Amino acid sequence: MKFGVVVFPGSNCDHDAWYAVAHNLGHPAEFIWHQAASLGDVDAVILPGGFSYGDYLRCGAIAKFSPVMAAVRRFAAEGGLVLGICNGFQILVECGLLPGALVRNRGLKFICRQVRVRLETTDSPFTNAGVRGEILRIPVAHGEGCYVADERTLDELEAEDRVAFRYVEDVNGSLRSIAGILNRGRNILGMMPHPERAADPLMGSTDGLVVFRSMVAALAEKR
Amino acid sequence: MSTITPDLVEAHQLTPDEYRRIVEILGREPTYTELGIFSVMWSEHCSYKSSRLHLRKLPTQGPHVLQGPGENAGVIDIGDGWAIAFKIESHNHPSFIEPFQGAATGVGGILRDIFTMGARPIAVLDALRFGPLDDPEAGARNRRILEGVVSGIAHYGNCFGVPTVGGETVFDPCYNGNPLVNVLALGVFRHDEIFYARACGVGNPVIYVGAKTGRDGIHGASMASAEFTEESKQKRPNVQVGDPFLEKLLLEACLEAMKTGAIVGIQDMGAAGLTCSTCEMGSRAGTGIEIDLQYVPQRETGMTPYEIMLSESQERMLLVAEKGREEEVVRVFRKWGLDAVTIGYVTGDGLLRVKDHGVVVAEIPTRALAEDAPLYDRPYTKPYRRAPMDWPEQAGANVEDDLVALVTSADLCSKRWIWEQYDYMVRTNTVRGPGADAAVLRIKETASSIAVALDGNERYCYLDPREGARLVVAECCRNLSAVGALPVAATNNLNFGNPERPEIMGQLVETIEGLAEACRFFETPITGGNVSLYNETLGEPVRPSPVIGIVGLMKTGPVTPAEFSRPGLAVILVGGLGSSDWRRFGGTQYAKVILKALWGLPPALDMDYEKRVQAAVREIVQAGLAASSHDLSGGGLGVALAECSFSEAGVGAVIELESDLPDHVLLFHEAPSRVLISTEAEKAVREIATRFGVEAPVIGRTQEGWLDISNRGRRLVHLDVRNLREQWESALPRMLASPRH
Repeated sequence: MKFGVVVFPGSNCDHDAWYAVAHNLGHPAEFIWHQAASLGDVDAVILPGGFSYGDYLRCGAIAKFSPVMAAVRRFAAEGGLVLGICNGFQILVECGLLPGALVRNRGLKFICRQVRVRLETTDSPFTNAGVRGEILRIPVAHGEGCYVADERTLDELEAEDRVAFRYVEDVNGSLRSIAGILNRGRNILGMMPHPERAADPLMGSTDGLVVFRSMVAALAEKR
Repeated sequence: MSTITPDLVEAHQLTPDEYRRIVEILGREPTYTELGIFSVMWSEHCSYKSSRLHLRKLPTQGPHVLQGPGENAGVIDIGDGWAIAFKIESHNHPSFIEPFQGAATGVGGILRDIFTMGARPIAVLDALRFGPLDDPEAGARNRRILEGVVSGIAHYGNCFGVPTVGGETVFDPCYNGNPLVNVLALGVFRHDEIFYARACGVGNPVIYVGAKTGRDGIHGASMASAEFTEESKQKRPNVQVGDPFLEKLLLEACLEAMKTGAIVGIQDMGAAGLTCSTCEMGSRAGTGIEIDLQYVPQRETGMTPYEIMLSESQERMLLVAEKGREEEVVRVFRKWGLDAVTIGYVTGDGLLRVKDHGVVVAEIPTRALAEDAPLYDRPYTKPYRRAPMDWPEQAGANVEDDLVALVTSADLCSKRWIWEQYDYMVRTNTVRGPGADAAVLRIKETASSIAVALDGNERYCYLDPREGARLVVAECCRNLSAVGALPVAATNNLNFGNPERPEIMGQLVETIEGLAEACRFFETPITGGNVSLYNETLGEPVRPSPVIGIVGLMKTGPVTPAEFSRPGLAVILVGGLGSSDWRRFGGTQYAKVILKALWGLPPALDMDYEKRVQAAVREIVQAGLAASSHDLSGGGLGVALAECSFSEAGVGAVIELESDLPDHVLLFHEAPSRVLISTEAEKAVREIATRFGVEAPVIGRTQEGWLDISNRGRRLVHLDVRNLREQWESALPRMLASPRH
């Protein structure tokens, strides 16, 4: 199973995602430059955390226009697995691949913290290896992680079982405590918590591995 | 070109003597641009002219040292062919003028020092000093400065992608007009990847990379000159503006360009910008550099040579490439969307020759600017000190209330509000992050981890700079030993007042000598650092504030926590209860917080005993015998016991002491050389201590929920640890929420 990690100028969790996949999980991973027109032969793609293009204008707003995102759109349209973490989630929302928006944390400050999130559905290629309702310890590190959407969208997300993770305690003011959501096709996940930071016993938690393991399982099944 | 008048010389903060030397070196009057160049290169900041003589007393060599002072950062060996570059720098004055950008560019500057050597930055720590948040006059301003500095550090470090993993924050009225912002950065690389800031190879091209040059940050003193105001359209603030995104691109591009093998030497443009980088690179290599300013990328029009040479625009680098291979280098920078322009070449004549469209505007021997800068043996006397030697013996109402007051005081309360704004995990190496004795980072490429701690104590150093400096080094090493790391090398930031005052110079000299003695004794040579002088406002100097950062080595693995993890363990005080007479109690946190006084002398330090305590603790921790390990420092035994009780598990201890000391002295004296350990291997721990000739009394046992302390059967403290922790955690947010004026 081969993972691709997109590198935008300003990505800074690209190495961490690569390390979690290649070392903690033991699957091949390669970097994909933001100007690449194609994703090559990867089976899944990760949009990592960081500050793509300096997050100028708005988080993820400029990344949306990068050549690689056209390739990511095509990949996703064909059913490819796309995982957006933190800034990656912000980019997916800016691109319209996921609904809603991520705005300034309610406390107006950057928050780096180990938090507890609840896995809300196992019906996705990112969560199938988990247990519905289980509490995971995964860190957050963001200034703009407050998830907002109109009531209809929020109702829809819930009705269609597309809320993948919720915060157990309020962290950033996210509506309905949403920490991660799926697209309608369930092959795109955006989440603010960093599973790649909870993939090594030395980092204090390995709860994030469930996301990567689920992806591997889903891809294996597809083959 | 205007003639150089005495007023102009004075406006450049050059003395008449220094000016005469300039004329002597050049054999003529300097041009206006040359005067500007000399003024920045011979400034205290760049030349260390007041401190250099004494800095030579510091030990700089040791078995782990690959590069001592003199380069952009010190470098130490960590085994397996890998190395760590690290250094500390101050950005005090800019952080007072404009806290957010001042602190942000302080982070940016030290990060460039690290990656200019070829190392990838892996961690940042900050030592911050502010005036009290509740100061009747300056409180509102102090709160604003703190908030600005913290968000500036967060902004830069988080975006750049380097974790901010630790540090310390201290409040004292002496910082009301002079906050201190000292930033330590570390980077990792292979031995064979080290790059030096040397312009070698006559004929090699000199390439400018990174941000365009603007009028920001041009030396304040120079702004007063008539010519400057005539030629420039408007005055710009002296504080530079940082762009962490650009710096991140610069980092990636530099490391990638270095891999081409086409780079000969590289230096960042920090203080004094293009001036400093050109002449230092030439001076170190014994070469000259010729540049033409018409090629320098500029973001404003109509800039004079003076302005271009003195600009401190951020995120710029100067590099020397192998002749004929420029294109390989330029291609990498272009990939990252950065300017990379050849602006000149290395010459063999030892001169810095600056041209503007072919016309020579400055021509100075590089050596004269860098190596031959003035060196002053400033007169010094007994250190400045306005504190009584004695103080009437007194105590707070009861020690339990005193303990709560200490734990919720500004210096000792939880700093979570600060460090949660920093991304302390990015790069996934942070095994132990902020809020601990020492930060621990694994080095993925090896089986080793590094531990880092930052320490200072301006109260001790004010009472006795020499002893204070020794205590600071001892404590910093103790922080590392508490996690089982062997301290191997140090960096220092010396923050003082005006060195032209003999009493202040006295503080500086005594401090350096104390540091030298302790660093030699604890085998932690100083591989680099920074001196920040003139930290005075209206004649009120900051207290002597040396800040020490020490790096230690350990095997990668889980780190022993500082807090008690489960009930029923023996609590052992390695080093013993220690003692203090009333005179040596005057520098403690108790004296500061409860008695609101400062007197006498700092705690007495027996360096030999300290070393043995630390060796014993390292062995205990490395052998896996300690369930928790935490060193004693500010607030003494009482505060350390409280801190040990702040785990999420809510485990406290029942402590039974046997001592004749008055209760508050017993619990809050700050005698060094003590580490609290909880263990189920009581016998093995005590055996190790005995072997090192170190006291290690069992003073109690851990228990669920409560911290109970008694002396000779008299109960002194009975506190619910969860409640106490809540007060400790909420203290700083409460102080910051106080009503604005």
